[in-house]
Amino acid sequence: MSGPVPGSERVVAALALREVCVGYGERAVLDRVWLDVAPGQVVTLLGPSGSGKSTLLQVIAGLLVPDRGQVLWDGHDLTAVPAHRRGFGLVFQDALLFPHLDVAGNVGYGLGVAGIGRAQASARVAELLDLVALGGYGGRSVTTLSGGEAQRVALARALAPAPRLLLLDEPFGALDRELRDRLAVDVRALLHQLGTPALHVTHDLAEAELVGDRVVHLADLARPV
Amino acid sequence: MLRARPSSTSRAQTRRGDQQQVRGPVPAWVLALVPAAFLLVFFAWPVANILARGASTDGLVLLARPQTWRIVEFTIVQAVLSTVLTVLVAMPGAYVLNRYAIRGRRVLIALVTVPFVLPTVVVGLAFRALLPADWIGSLAVILLAHVFFNYAVVVRIVGGLWGQLDPRYMQAARSLGATPWQGFRTVTWPLLRPAVLAAAALVFLFTFTSFGVVLVLGGPTTTTLEVEIFLRTAELLDLPGAAVLAVLQMLMLAVVLLVAARLQAGTSVAQRLRVPSARSLTRPRTPGQRALLGTVLGSILVLLVLPLAALVARSVRVRDGWGLTYWRALGSIDAGTTRFAPPLDSIRVSLQYAVVTAALAVLVGGLAACAVAYAGRAGRVLDAAVMLPLGTSAVTVGFGLLIAFARAPLDLRGTWVMVPLAHTLVAVPLVLRAVLPVLRSIDPRLRQVAATLGARPVRAWASVDLPLLRRALVVGAGFAFAVSMGEFGATAFLARSDTPTLPVQVVRLLSRPGEIPYGAAMALATVLMVVTAGAVLGAEALQGRGQAGR
Repeated sequence: MSGPVPGSERVVAALALREVCVGYGERAVLDRVWLDVAPGQVVTLLGPSGSGKSTLLQVIAGLLVPDRGQVLWDGHDLTAVPAHRRGFGLVFQDALLFPHLDVAGNVGYGLGVAGIGRAQASARVAELLDLVALGGYGGRSVTTLSGGEAQRVALARALAPAPRLLLLDEPFGALDRELRDRLAVDVRALLHQLGTPALHVTHDLAEAELVGDRVVHLADLARPV
Repeated sequence: MLRARPSSTSRAQTRRGDQQQVRGPVPAWVLALVPAAFLLVFFAWPVANILARGASTDGLVLLARPQTWRIVEFTIVQAVLSTVLTVLVAMPGAYVLNRYAIRGRRVLIALVTVPFVLPTVVVGLAFRALLPADWIGSLAVILLAHVFFNYAVVVRIVGGLWGQLDPRYMQAARSLGATPWQGFRTVTWPLLRPAVLAAAALVFLFTFTSFGVVLVLGGPTTTTLEVEIFLRTAELLDLPGAAVLAVLQMLMLAVVLLVAARLQAGTSVAQRLRVPSARSLTRPRTPGQRALLGTVLGSILVLLVLPLAALVARSVRVRDGWGLTYWRALGSIDAGTTRFAPPLDSIRVSLQYAVVTAALAVLVGGLAACAVAYAGRAGRVLDAAVMLPLGTSAVTVGFGLLIAFARAPLDLRGTWVMVPLAHTLVAVPLVLRAVLPVLRSIDPRLRQVAATLGARPVRAWASVDLPLLRRALVVGAGFAFAVSMGEFGATAFLARSDTPTLPVQVVRLLSRPGEIPYGAAMALATVLMVVTAGAVLGAEALQGRGQAGR
């Protein structure tokens, strides 16, 4: 990792995006995006579908190399850091649980690849399942879960390795209204309890206001000149 | 967006199809009559004949000879090695060709498919043209040819799934701290494993019963059961011995298929697939990705393109430079037939057989597809029965037909119908697989609408379902045509000596001494390559267009 980027010391931000550009073919999906997330803060990014929200999260997670621009953490440039070393958790709209593993296997996945011992890992898995109110679900097959349960398992899976930032990509988009509101409130409380900063994207205004400490529109993210 | 919707409703229908059966315009058993009778007479009866012959004591002495077991051992060893090697070599290709956004990706996938549709005799000749003569007869050459032949099986089956695997599984793993290799091992591999096993089982099946390749490239110590069965029948006239070996081979194939089915049943997991879109393709950017791309393209060039180029080059490479001597010889050279027939004649013969085969296969396969689609649970039995000849060795099919129809009540010895009948057995499964998915995706309510407008059941079916099936039927006919052009294992038994098919003629030319017949074999194999590849790629292009439009 390189040293602090000159000129970024004054920024009080955990995550900072600077002039991030991504284009698929001719079309620019992200054009000079500029965004800060303060430590412990939950930022909600609001934008219509197809506006590049998911692409932005992929860039931050290190899954997509931007054409231009930088992703900074505490002022350090992360461009060369691969996804698995960034410590950024990611939750998708459809839970995307690994179908060949049970609930505990999913939640413990990040602990396993980090080489954490089995006893310690299973304690942590139990702790997280309690946290998302699914205590005792460890042995269940992921195909038996309801949509809301699956999404909570996905959340527990992302939180298990104690990420320094959580990325939520329309995490409640596949759920019905009532469940969506209930989970949104729970997640907000959970993130504040853990002190984990988060970037949450949605196209739903009501959800945005329930989850985010700060709501920004994707369209407003171009660098202020 | 508009295109995605109909396909998702058709998937919902397939799922619903389990509970609510779509009915045909006539009872399913009526539709099943022709395919069932065809299979009974031309497949079950010949196989029963082989079994009866094999039970005789004359042949059983073969089992006491160590030479027999050396052939069995070599057959298994080369099949295992071929399978492992093919999977290892083709996996990177399966990934790159289905996951990277590269210009001409579809053309590349079509290109790697060409070797698979080539007649095995052509494959053998391509490697003869490429490699020094003293390599011929070695295990290494057979393995190389088998990798060449089966590369597409892995790219298609494994790559097909890999391209549809939601890339976000891997992204989830990476964001949880998995390295790319850890992610592959713990997420991608478990999800791909059923496809890898299915592909490996097919490659094993093909290489275990490999005939043309081994006949052309094998030597005295490198021969398979399939070739031995042929030589016993055609050259030693030892029918009981051949029958024993055919039964032995059938038993071993049955064990292999059972084990493969068991392995696959144990690993299949319900997974989330995703229709590939431009977005799920990665543009290779990092040095590692570029190196992988380069390796795959390089291996395709050396392993798949070079042998074919060598074949064509060898056909125009004469002693004093380049020339068309061998091509001209196609019209005049005597290939050792009982009645003089220039090699060029075999093109006409093969085309005639192929047209008859395509017509028969579309009729039998089309009826079978309808019966399977409209019969519910019972349809699965017919489906499996129709697929059986594909899992049986071609030599066994040809040998069985030869001994079953050599006497009353149905003496077909020396008649031309034997060849297209054998080809139809192999082609019907392909027609079924081309037609069935389309048939199942047709919304049954369309026909209900036609009925409310006053159409009687058969009329409604013919005016609604049939037009929608037309393209699939043409695709199936294309595959049947190509199979017939290239089929060699069964034809070698059944073709009349004065009217050989293209592949049979190629092998005959090869067995004659001298430069000219050898060069002419290369030229004729080039013709065969162009015709079969053209038929299959044409059918595939049509099928691709059909899927995009639906």
